[in-house]
Amino acid sequence: MAGKTISEKILSAKSGEDARAGDVVVCRVDCALGTDGSAPMAIDYFEAMGGERIRDPRQIVFALDHYAPAPSRNTAALHQRMREFAALHGVALFEVGEGIGHQLIVESGRAVPGSLVVGADSHAVTYGALNAFATGIGSSDLAAIMIGGRIWLRVPESIKITLTGRLPAGVYPKDAALSLAGRLGSDGATYQALEFGGPGLPGLDLEDRLVLSNFAVEMGAKNGIFPADEGTFAYLHGRTATPFAPVTPDADARYSREISLELDALAPQVALPHRVDRVTTLADAAGTPVQMVYLGTCTGGRVRDFHQARDVLKAGGGIARGVQLVVTPASRAVLETLTRDGTLADFIALGAVIGTPGCGSCCGTCGAIPGDGVNVISTANRNFKGRMGNGQAAIYLASPASCAAAAVRGAIADPREVVP
Amino acid sequence: MTGRARVFASDINTDYIIASRRKRESLDPQVLRRYLFEELDPDFAASIEPGDLLVAGKNFGCGSAMEVAVTAVAGAGIPAVLAPSFARTYYRNAVNNGLLPVVCDTRAIHEGDRLTVLRDQGLAVRNETTGEAIAAAALPKIMWEIIEAGGLVPYFRRHGDFRV
Repeated sequence: MAGKTISEKILSAKSGEDARAGDVVVCRVDCALGTDGSAPMAIDYFEAMGGERIRDPRQIVFALDHYAPAPSRNTAALHQRMREFAALHGVALFEVGEGIGHQLIVESGRAVPGSLVVGADSHAVTYGALNAFATGIGSSDLAAIMIGGRIWLRVPESIKITLTGRLPAGVYPKDAALSLAGRLGSDGATYQALEFGGPGLPGLDLEDRLVLSNFAVEMGAKNGIFPADEGTFAYLHGRTATPFAPVTPDADARYSREISLELDALAPQVALPHRVDRVTTLADAAGTPVQMVYLGTCTGGRVRDFHQARDVLKAGGGIARGVQLVVTPASRAVLETLTRDGTLADFIALGAVIGTPGCGSCCGTCGAIPGDGVNVISTANRNFKGRMGNGQAAIYLASPASCAAAAVRGAIADPREVVP
Repeated sequence: MTGRARVFASDINTDYIIASRRKRESLDPQVLRRYLFEELDPDFAASIEPGDLLVAGKNFGCGSAMEVAVTAVAGAGIPAVLAPSFARTYYRNAVNNGLLPVVCDTRAIHEGDRLTVLRDQGLAVRNETTGEAIAAAALPKIMWEIIEAGGLVPYFRRHGDFRV
């Protein structure tokens, strides 16, 4: 019998079965996230299922991130409902302004190597960077977990992604993620796991890996998982007291496909409207006028993203006339760091609009909405028509540095040209 | 079940099925059904008849995992969705809400065709308009049990937990 992938090993451990790709198993969950976009429905399901108490409240985390702050009476009511339910059942709840649930799961050390962490939001795949099996689920799944602590999962086949080389100057993990999405297509990994590995791994630290794992779902993947190494342990140091054991793939594990991603051969990339997999090199879109630039989200809202963008903005001489730059840190911890190190002051001096830590404008649920005919370039992960709340706007996706270069020029531009 | 085919293209994401901003104001499927597919076809929602079957190209329901993209469809009286592939979160949300996801070749199905989905032994589709039989992928046991129960809510009400 062939060996196992990382995903097969974790799901075997969590189900108590010899789980192989294609099997459907019922697994014990270590942690499950519900957001204000999904938890209110999960509470409805919980009550409809006859739920009275949560089996293990420590397993469940709520985050108020999609409507932060609540832009309407109805969304405020959703928040009230979650707060009351969380208080009643002893569930941890991240308040408005604390940040995006995915970022908070990572920052709070709730995703550790070998764990099974799910979230009722598709970007729960982000925690795969920590060697956790992490995947998006529905509200009904979350309700079932609240009652029984378990979930049914189909064990995914795995696509092996071998990373080689190092990213050149001006090229970032987002460019690698976009390039991969362009190659695989938006359904290139449907029902499957992306398992990253290879000699390029040490060149990507934990925050870089989060970007690649986060993007796995844009290729249809169930999860995007990395092995654990010194970088993983260093990140988790002081964040968790939970003992964990890294999970490695067997040498004879079976993969559905093997792909090589040569990091040193990459140039800046961009996804064109309205598809995540309509990816081309940034140079092909250079000169496209841009009126709104968005820096934030669970893909591109961490400290280093803002540092990279700020550096390009300052070197390029600031924001072009007619461009609105919106900055939304992924979490309060990110905002605090940016405040301490002067980056926030830089953005304010440059004329940026600063949003509340959370999902912000990414899915049009709160925050700045682009106007009709506006071209937006964003560090987010999705550019569907209407995604940011207006179907008459067009969204381009790129790295923080590329977004900043567009803010400098008022048009899509290669950051390597803006910063000579 | 027999119904009228309502045909959509490939890669229909959940924001196209129901815009995120709509669920900001209501989670009620009977409200949300009025906005189904509004970004693609503003007249579609009003034209749905109970029993209609959604038919799509590959990767149906990609993007967000929001469950309203399933409950709004089921709430409109649509009992099944046919596509050659589904985004995995849409697939599992469909199962959990008793909306039957049918994985089959949909290329020869046209808008308005009368389709019968046979669900006695495995799954199969017959296009009554053209007479063509279309093979469909079987569902694993636990998914079938959840569908048969009518979704995860009646399943949990009956069993209290997963029966494994």
